[in-house]
Amino acid sequence: MNNIQRYGFAERLVHAVAGLSYVYLLLTGLAFWTPALYWMAVVLGGGYLSRVLHPWAGLVFTGAVVWMYGVWRRDMRITPEDRAWRKAIGRYIRNAAGVPPAGRFNYGQKMLFWLMAWGGVALLVSGLVMWFVASVPWELRILRYGATLVHAVAALATIGGFIVHVYMGVAVVPGGLHAVIHGEVSEQWARHHHPLWLAEQRAFSGKATASVGGAPGENNRRGDPGP
Amino acid sequence: METLALLRVSASSSPAPGIRLMPTVTKLVDTSTCIGCKACEVACQEWNDLPPETTVQMGTYQTLPDLTENFWNLIKFREHDEGDRLHWLMRKDQCMHCTEPGCLIACPAPGAIVQYTNGIVDFQQDQCIGCGYCMTGCPFNVPKFSQKTRRVYKCTMCVDRVSVGLQPACVKACPTSCLQFGTKEAMLEVAHKRVDQLKENGFAQAAVYDPPGVGGTNVVTVLAFGDRPELYGLPRNPTIPLAVRLWKGPIKAIGNLAILGGFVAAAVHFVRFGRKRDDADKE
Repeated sequence: MNNIQRYGFAERLVHAVAGLSYVYLLLTGLAFWTPALYWMAVVLGGGYLSRVLHPWAGLVFTGAVVWMYGVWRRDMRITPEDRAWRKAIGRYIRNAAGVPPAGRFNYGQKMLFWLMAWGGVALLVSGLVMWFVASVPWELRILRYGATLVHAVAALATIGGFIVHVYMGVAVVPGGLHAVIHGEVSEQWARHHHPLWLAEQRAFSGKATASVGGAPGENNRRGDPGP
Repeated sequence: METLALLRVSASSSPAPGIRLMPTVTKLVDTSTCIGCKACEVACQEWNDLPPETTVQMGTYQTLPDLTENFWNLIKFREHDEGDRLHWLMRKDQCMHCTEPGCLIACPAPGAIVQYTNGIVDFQQDQCIGCGYCMTGCPFNVPKFSQKTRRVYKCTMCVDRVSVGLQPACVKACPTSCLQFGTKEAMLEVAHKRVDQLKENGFAQAAVYDPPGVGGTNVVTVLAFGDRPELYGLPRNPTIPLAVRLWKGPIKAIGNLAILGGFVAAAVHFVRFGRKRDDADKE
């Protein structure tokens, strides 16, 4: 069976950094969110330590999101094919046939990316205010109130995306988890889940082999035929 | 104070254990008889054995611009021109010990903020995680963050003295009896009597400051200009901030349901539709 590279090393690394930092932020954040889950902060070294590390983990996550934006923003642009895919999202959810072909990422993945990117911006800005709340002058206390609300709502939005993302990647799409850890997928997998991307890969690797003569596996990892 | 006297405990989903009935204690601050001697400030520092703060020359008789983590009792000094007279308005800035404490409601650390059955609101710094949510929840700008310990501090109403039958140190030190201590009923009675006197003396707007927006406070203040508490640096209608009430109320409830709903939806989807298959369309 022919395997093709879907994610390069940098993509897998940044995804792992984002994922691990997000999980830490999620667990400690939920501990501060409700007393019923405070035990998670205790398990992670205590409330005080969780409070100290949560903002730093937030900076790591921010760095990862910025990095992912740099790596993936072109792949994440919404295309006309995505609009067709969006109309058929009910069929996609039901695992039914007749879902329009997707490119490197389908519309749902793109939505998750933009949710995490914009949610990350909101969480960063509000989180900085909450981090340095003692330095926010009393006259500007509206910033404290706004930050508290924005942080909670943005976190809830990303949690929704995160639940769907992990469930899809681990439970629904066979090979999804393997792909994001090891980087490779089978051609059959690509044809089924991301046919437009597979077509691009073939066209690009043909070109690359002809003009550069490099190894197709490395050169085509961006999945982008260029301008 | 003891477990039996705990009326409310922060970040606790179980009922507080307090069963002991105690009269609500209240500190009365009569701003019209305060002479600005600041014996209360010194007594507070001494009794609580707090590190010294370097004073700041503000061009007034005020010791510091604001309360600090080492300074829990500050006489706020303001000059007010009215009619042909200059009034020195001196107000005791400290924790108001709200009946509905915004700090306690905002606090995420179990047991870091407690309210006793006698009404005293107290911080337990060993449980504090230093998040500063109490600073967002307090409508009076009272809790102060220590950069050294990364925890938050404020007036304890001398809970250690009160629990053994003594009055707070500031009250003990006050030379004009503008500070008094007793049950809430007794203090309100004294306060209203004083307001009546002030009204007879030409201060028609005199009033007792016991704001209902936070359920009343256990530090009640007699204001000669009671129609304008802002003159003293007091908020007119303090309440727990709307953002905090939304955050700890509907947003929290909806958010928890949404998260649970997400898990349930994923489980239902898996049972109903299961995994996608990509081995059906072989070449």
